[in-house]
Amino acid sequence: MTNPPAPPVLRAVDLTRSYGKGQARFDALRGVSLEIRRGESLAIVGKSGSGKSTLMHLLALLDRPDSGRVEIDGQDVGAASAPAVNRLRNERFGFVFQQFFLTAGQTVLENVSLPLVVAGVAPRERRRRALATLDALGLADKAGNKANDLSGGQKQRVVIARALVNEPDLIFADEPTGNLDTATGHQVEDLLFGLQRERGITLVVVTHDEELAARCDRRITIADGLIVGESDAAASVISEGAGR
Amino acid sequence: MRATDVITSATRNAFRSKLRTTLTVLSLFVGAFTLTLTTALGAGVSDYVTKQVASLSTGDVLLVTPATTTDTTEGPTEYDPDGRQQSSQANPLGGGTLMNDDDLDSIAAIDGVDRVEPIRSISVDWVASSDTSIDTRYELSVNPTSSIGRSDLVAGAQLDQEAEDAQVILPEDYVDALGYEDAGDAIGRTIELGYSGADRSERTTEATVVGVARTSLLASGAGANQALTTEIADAQAVPGQPDAYAVAVAYLTGSGGDGTVTDDDVAGVKVALADADLAGQTVEDQLGVVQTIINGIIGVLSAFAIVALIAASFGIINTLLMSVQERTREIGLMKAMGMSNGRVFGLFSLEAVVIGFLGSALGALAAIGVGSAISSVAAAGPLAALPGLTLLLFDPLSVALVIAAIMLIAFLSGVLPARRAARQHPIESLRYE
Repeated sequence: MTNPPAPPVLRAVDLTRSYGKGQARFDALRGVSLEIRRGESLAIVGKSGSGKSTLMHLLALLDRPDSGRVEIDGQDVGAASAPAVNRLRNERFGFVFQQFFLTAGQTVLENVSLPLVVAGVAPRERRRRALATLDALGLADKAGNKANDLSGGQKQRVVIARALVNEPDLIFADEPTGNLDTATGHQVEDLLFGLQRERGITLVVVTHDEELAARCDRRITIADGLIVGESDAAASVISEGAGR
Repeated sequence: MRATDVITSATRNAFRSKLRTTLTVLSLFVGAFTLTLTTALGAGVSDYVTKQVASLSTGDVLLVTPATTTDTTEGPTEYDPDGRQQSSQANPLGGGTLMNDDDLDSIAAIDGVDRVEPIRSISVDWVASSDTSIDTRYELSVNPTSSIGRSDLVAGAQLDQEAEDAQVILPEDYVDALGYEDAGDAIGRTIELGYSGADRSERTTEATVVGVARTSLLASGAGANQALTTEIADAQAVPGQPDAYAVAVAYLTGSGGDGTVTDDDVAGVKVALADADLAGQTVEDQLGVVQTIINGIIGVLSAFAIVALIAASFGIINTLLMSVQERTREIGLMKAMGMSNGRVFGLFSLEAVVIGFLGSALGALAAIGVGSAISSVAAAGPLAALPGLTLLLFDPLSVALVIAAIMLIAFLSGVLPARRAARQHPIESLRYE
C-alpha cells in the first residue's frame, strides 16, 4: 500500500466491535485498519455476517468501536462530542441504503430536503438546493410526486439526490443496487461513479456484488471480522493477510 | 433542525394516522369538555354569589351576635338578673343567647363604630296598594337583614336607614300584582301594610316605595328601613318583656381615604367586640361558608374530569408508542443524518402537545357552545327565579388555563414515547423491519 501525499480522508486503526455478552458474544470486527484516500472509490466486500456492514457503520460514525479509532482528516473522532459527530455526519456524509428509507407519504422534494431540514437550512434555500440536486439527477419533473409512486430505480436516484443535497465529501452506499434489477442497477452505478469522478466525492460502497466491486478503484475483502484481501481494481492483484 | 420545522413536522406527523389521532383527540375532548364545563359552572355560581354579596353588603357593617360560650369547665353559670336572655327559638343568625341593651351600648362605645342598630324580626300580614285600582291584599315577608345593605335594584333607590318616614323596597313580582305599570311607576307610590300587634289586634301602616329589587338568592322578601321596622317591631313587642336581640348591626366609620372602611378597621372592631364577649362578622364572612360549599362541589365535579383526562393520557402514550414504532426507520434515518436526540425527543413530545391542543381546544369550544345553550335555556326555564345568575360563565383566562393544563398533561404523556424514540440507536432503527 502506497502512502498518499495528503492525509487520508478517513483512517481506521485497529477497530474492534462485538455484540452481545457471554455465550452470545459475537465479534463482528476483530482488528481492522484501513485508509481511504480523498476522491477514491472503495468497495468493502464480504459475505453476509462477515462484518462489512459493521465496518461501514463505524467508518460512517453511526456507531462507536469497542477499541481502536476512526480519524477524519487526521483527527480522532472518538473524543468528539455527540453534537460534533452529528454535525460531521450531517455536513460531510451522504448515505445511500439498499432499502431506500424514503418517507412514503411525503413528496420527492421533501424527502430530498431531509438532510437540509436536519441541518436547519431555511425553507426557501432548502427548496432551491433540493430542486437543483433533483435537476442534476434528471428528477426535476418528479419533485412534486409522492415517493411511493416512483419505480425502484427512480427511488434509488431520489435516495442519491438526498445523499448529495448537503454537498458531502463522502458517500456511504450500503448495497446501493441490491434492490434493483440489473439494468437499473447499472444506471445507478453509472450515476454514483460519475458523481465520484465529477465532484471528487469519496465513495465507500458495501456490497457482495462482484461486478459493482470491480468498478471501484480499490476493494477490501472482509471475512470473520478481519480484512482478508485488498486489491487495486486496475492491478487486480490480491494480497493476502492484511489482518492477523 | 429549526424550531419551526420541528413544529410543522410534529403537526404533520400527528395527522399521518388520521383515525388513530382522531380517537386520541376524542378521549381528550371528553376531558376538556367536562373540565371546561365544571370550571364554568364554578365561575358562574361564584360570580353570582359574589354579586349577591356585593349587593348585600355596603362593606362598612358588621353583624354582631353574642359570642358562643365554649366554657364548660367551671360548672353552672351563676344567674345574673341583668345578664343576657336565652332565646326560646333557634335563630339562624346567632346563638341561643340574646343581646340586651347593655350590649348595644358597649358596641356603640367601641372605637370605630358609628352607630348600632338591632335587627328586629317583624312579620307583616299583607300588603296592598293605596293608590291604584287594585285593592287585593297580598302576603309579604320582610327581610330582617334588609337594613344591613343594599338590594339589587331594578328601579328606584336604596333604603335610607336614617330617614324619619317609612320606606320599603318591593320585590319585582309585586309590581304587576299591585297594579303598577312598571317598576319605575311603583317608585314614590304609597302602600298599605297590615300586621298584627302583640295583643293580636289588626293594625295598618303606610309606607313609601323607594325601590324595586330583583329577587335574590340571599335576600328574599321586601326591604324595610329602620323607621318602618321600629314602628312595627314596637307594636309587636310583648309588653313588659325587656328588649333582647339576636343580631345587631354595627355601622363602622372608616379610617381610609374618603371615609372608606379598611380591612384594618374591621379587624380592630372585631377584636374590640370579642373583648366585650360578642362576635362580629361581615356579610362576606357569612357568605364565605356558601362559597366554600360551592367550591367543594365544583372540586368534586372537576375531579371526575381529571380522571377522564388521566385515562386520555394513557391513550396519548399508546398512540405515540405506536407512532414511534411505525417510524422507527425514519427516526434511524434522521439520526444517521445528524439529527440530535434532543430534536427527536422534541419532535415526538411536540406531537403529543399538538394532539393535546386539538383535543382541549375542540373540547373547550364545544363546551362553550353547549354550555352557552344550556345556560340560556336554564335562565329562561328552571332558574328564571334567580335573575342575574349565569349558570355557566366562560372566562377566557380559565378556558385558556384548561387548554394549557391539558397540553401539559399531553406533553407529560409524550415524554415516555419521545424518550424511547430519542434513545433509539440509528443502526438498529435502520435495520428494523
